[in-house]
Amino acid sequence: MTYMTRTLLAAMMASTIVAGTATAATHPETGEALAADQTFTNWTLDNPSSFDPQVVEDSDGAAMVRNMFEGLMNQDADGNLVPGVALDYSVNDDKNVYTFTLRPEAQWSNGDPVVASDFVYAWQRAVDPELASPYAWFMELMSIENASAIIAGEMPKEELGVKAIDDHTLEVTLSASLPYFATMTTHSTTFPAPQKVIEEFGAEWTKPENIVVNGAFILEDYTPGERIVQVRNPEYWDNENTILDKIETLVVTDQNQALTRYLAGEFDRIELPAGTYPKMKAEHPDEAVSVPWLCNYYYTFNVSDSGPEAFKDVRVRQALSLAVDRKVITENVMQGGQPEAYSFTPAAVAGFEPPKSAMADMTQAERDAKAKELLAEAGYGADNPLTFDMIYNTSENHKKVAVVLSQMWKQKLGVQASLANMEWKTFLDTRGRQDFALARGAWCGDYNEASTFLDLLTTPSGYNDGKYSNTEYDELIQSAKTAENAPELYTQAEAILAEEMPVIPIYHYAGVMMIDTDLKGWPYQNVERNWYGKNLYKVAE
Amino acid sequence: MLNYILRRLLTAIPTLLVLVIICFLMMHAAPGGPFTSERPLPPEVLANIEAKYGLDKPLYAQLWDYLVGVVTRFDFGPSFIYKDRSVNDIIAQGFPVTLTYGTISFVLATIVGVAMGVFAALRHNTWVDYLAVGATFSAQALPNFVMAPILVIIFTWQLGWLPGGGWNGGQWQYVVMPVIALSTSYMASIARIQRTAMLEVLHSNFVRTARAKGLPSSTIIWRHAMKPALMPVVSYLGPSFVAMITGSVVIDLYFSTGGVGLHYVNAALNRDYAVMLGVTILYGALTILFNLVADIVYAWLDPKIRY
Repeated sequence: MTYMTRTLLAAMMASTIVAGTATAATHPETGEALAADQTFTNWTLDNPSSFDPQVVEDSDGAAMVRNMFEGLMNQDADGNLVPGVALDYSVNDDKNVYTFTLRPEAQWSNGDPVVASDFVYAWQRAVDPELASPYAWFMELMSIENASAIIAGEMPKEELGVKAIDDHTLEVTLSASLPYFATMTTHSTTFPAPQKVIEEFGAEWTKPENIVVNGAFILEDYTPGERIVQVRNPEYWDNENTILDKIETLVVTDQNQALTRYLAGEFDRIELPAGTYPKMKAEHPDEAVSVPWLCNYYYTFNVSDSGPEAFKDVRVRQALSLAVDRKVITENVMQGGQPEAYSFTPAAVAGFEPPKSAMADMTQAERDAKAKELLAEAGYGADNPLTFDMIYNTSENHKKVAVVLSQMWKQKLGVQASLANMEWKTFLDTRGRQDFALARGAWCGDYNEASTFLDLLTTPSGYNDGKYSNTEYDELIQSAKTAENAPELYTQAEAILAEEMPVIPIYHYAGVMMIDTDLKGWPYQNVERNWYGKNLYKVAE
Repeated sequence: MLNYILRRLLTAIPTLLVLVIICFLMMHAAPGGPFTSERPLPPEVLANIEAKYGLDKPLYAQLWDYLVGVVTRFDFGPSFIYKDRSVNDIIAQGFPVTLTYGTISFVLATIVGVAMGVFAALRHNTWVDYLAVGATFSAQALPNFVMAPILVIIFTWQLGWLPGGGWNGGQWQYVVMPVIALSTSYMASIARIQRTAMLEVLHSNFVRTARAKGLPSSTIIWRHAMKPALMPVVSYLGPSFVAMITGSVVIDLYFSTGGVGLHYVNAALNRDYAVMLGVTILYGALTILFNLVADIVYAWLDPKIRY
């Protein structure tokens, strides 16, 4: 380092410090007094799967990656799209060519500018069979031209439908028109990657000593099973509007232990263990929060050949769904403010109001009466009781729900459901082989659009473990991908599900958290749980 | 003696090999795999991942590749779940942590346990004895997964004296609660074994002879009774030392120490084959080593034993 650069660096650092102290006094917009220590102590259940944007697959890990890397678009506190590295984008009339204009001031933490080719490199990397990203399918989901063929090894990765027109113009070509494509660029798989650094260090590039980022924070320390420390990245283009200095994420696998430590003041945010929300809400009304999440919880009927004959009868499926008193499950079992589910798609989804099935307007007594009637019509009753097995993965919560469900069916309909719990991987394996009658299922949206849920029950979906198949439904979902009136088609699709009941929606998830009152800027209304450290700040207590 | 040690170390190799093979086959026999997830991967994506990690090869070839990697490059492979980390990284980071709190717990448990046991035996059937026996029973009845949360409630939440978890490079505040939670039940077991052994020795003929000869009781205890009374404790200490330094799942879980103990369970649940095998080899090698150490200590304690 020459004397000149050293002086420059020192001057820059000094100005950052000055700027830092200047903004540390009050929040520029709200005028709140800011805390001197701008450290956000967050909780996570397990180690992140990776810090590599193209490799990470768990949601907490993706949140850490989102703080270190910035994609084309970001989300605001309500989940709306706002510019990230891209200032703006345009789309052709067919909605299959998107052109993003990148902001010229964006740069990597090593001082290199963030250019369109960084995105091209990252996206090619995501589909590269050599990297074998578990999220390669996301590029297929985004319908990027040739993604599938490249993943299958039939084409070189350079053929991917993404190119840098110049340093600040990125053009993406899709194999189908996709009106919501831009919303998908908030996903970590699409974040840029520093080619030079990755080529230099290989798999070691995400180690704290090697990593180069383009987001508001950079990895300072990572001790697996203990903590992840991210600090302000002074090279970030919007650094002067970032208030938080440090994000410290502590790994605590036992949620009750995390709660005790939160109460002792060791955390700014935790997620509450099941069943503790009512007590915490009563004792700490300002800190305990329940917000809707973009996830559903349901039971799926095995309607394939290996499933029981009874479940092929729609009346049986209807009867079992009608007899579920969802209010009891949400209010007495889950107790965390979860909404009852009368549609497959959670109501929290953007741009679509899922229609509630007819049963939503009935009283539980009416539903029970209807259920008895339907089951009797189907030929099941006291002399010929319906019996089946239901499986769920080992967890206190899932067990409680399963027990309550089986009791409701037994008392109201005389149905004998026997419960079996399984360790997670065994459960997935068993369910994936259709070796079940009724199985628990849940899904969290990959992006905020109804198709992320409705796709699951299409015939070719890999997640359709019950093997439900309805041509009309498949066609609706397929045409919704390109249609102007997608919500209408989704409404029709939900109506088919309500009629045929291939799954029993039970409830939609709620995020139940404790958030310290001095932490501000948490995006409670962002149902995808996408939070950005650069929007958070701590106020003086 | 040297011959004996060499022989024992040589037999460790086939033992470890058998251990690896059994563990490997059991892991692969369990349903699902490291890439079985809630969101089933499209077949072509799964194929790429399996090819990357060599999981597409036949089992014997995978085992062979693994063994070659371990022997020639000392490379225990990548973690399939924590993709930024190799098994070597995981052990290199987690083992020093458990080694630290495990060794401290071991020393503490041994000193206090032996002292309590000896003291109780010498004051047999007095209130001291009853108190010691009572304390050891309650310590054993209180498992560490009950004790760990209680410690955090008291010392972190109520008193605010100690951090509720973490490691922070092993600063003492972070070590106290893991050590207490880990050492208590070992301490109790050691005290019980020591007390029983000491009582037995004190009632043996050679001690009676020594007493009859008029030796002072301190000489009897320290010169004659202590050594043989330590024998049962030593055979208990060998394996328990290994168990303590390789970490306890409970300690790592409740105190988030980042120790290697939690990986043992997590790797099994996640089907993280290489991590599972790596930790098993570590565990196996240490067990063999410290059983040998215990045998050597035997020979020193008991002149009748000759190898």
